[in-house]
Amino acid sequence: MQTRTEISFNSKIEGDLVHTRLDAAVNWCRKNSLWPMPMGLACCAIELMAAGASRFDISRFGAEVMRFSPRQSDVMIVAGTVTYKMATAVRRIYEQMTEPKWVIAMGACASTGGMYRSYAVLQGVDNIVPVDVYVSGCPPRPEALLDALIKLQGKVSREPALALQKRVA
Amino acid sequence: MSARELAQQLKGRFGDLISEAAEFRGEFTVRLSDPDCIAEICHYAKKDLGFDYLVDVTSIDNYGSDPRWTVVYHLYGYGHHCHLRLKTDVGEEASELPTVSGVWRTADWHEREVYDMMGIRFRGHPDLRRILMWEGYPYFPLRKDFPLAGKPSNVPAVAFTNAAPLEGGPFVTLPGGRDSTAREPRVRGPKEEK
Repeated sequence: MQTRTEISFNSKIEGDLVHTRLDAAVNWCRKNSLWPMPMGLACCAIELMAAGASRFDISRFGAEVMRFSPRQSDVMIVAGTVTYKMATAVRRIYEQMTEPKWVIAMGACASTGGMYRSYAVLQGVDNIVPVDVYVSGCPPRPEALLDALIKLQGKVSREPALALQKRVA
Repeated sequence: MSARELAQQLKGRFGDLISEAAEFRGEFTVRLSDPDCIAEICHYAKKDLGFDYLVDVTSIDNYGSDPRWTVVYHLYGYGHHCHLRLKTDVGEEASELPTVSGVWRTADWHEREVYDMMGIRFRGHPDLRRILMWEGYPYFPLRKDFPLAGKPSNVPAVAFTNAAPLEGGPFVTLPGGRDSTAREPRVRGPKEEK
């Protein structure tokens, strides 16, 4: 279901009135204020911190507010190796996040288990949570994480927000 | 006080229990014939020889030979800056030896890791439980008969495991190969020539 997302208007003709669909407005607000829940487990967390620092500024995209409380965050960025031992905690945190929520699997380990094909590493966090964007890299450059965030923003803007309002998690 | 002299002092004190010190590239190793005396030996090493730092406790699985386990202790002294390696063989039927956590408190977690990965128990340990894997995990992962990919297991509400897809086997490089093509990571069996 495609959502029309244009919010363009000519202020000389329409003045201060913005005429749009509610879906587009809600999605615009959501995508430009995606507060990450940094599930920083290993080396990718360093690159996540770099993306949050001044050179690669994730705050430009509205995501500087790294909320470590799942109740206050929108997107869980799984950055690092998910071991089987940690998997229960990751799942519990995901379930505590409030709707709407998304997941970015950052790096090779979170996407597929990475180079750790062993008895102790979960082969991809998508075995326990539904992932929206996968980022490849070991670790991915901060620009790659920003690209993933932009792609997630694109995905959020195409969601039929009102139709999904009453969905069960 | 060199490491060789300290090893000889240890042998002088305990006689037949300790072997002659073997040297390799400046490192000295002594073998202990009776694993049940390990706590006494380590106590002497700490109090009288000045080995006040336990660097590591680790274990080797000699799969196929008897005794199956070799437990290795790495000792160091801040005063004399000397290292010493202590090796003991433990049979598979016993799979047990006394703890040295009474001598060095750090041995607590090292021995928990040895128990978790190999299944060797330590008598007198204050809290011998798994440290890397979780309570209820049914296998000992670093034994040679345990596959790298792991085996499926499930402790409900704690953790689960599945076998990882290995696509034919672990991809290993050949260190010191003729050229980079020879060194490429690929599935290598024991039959590969150097």
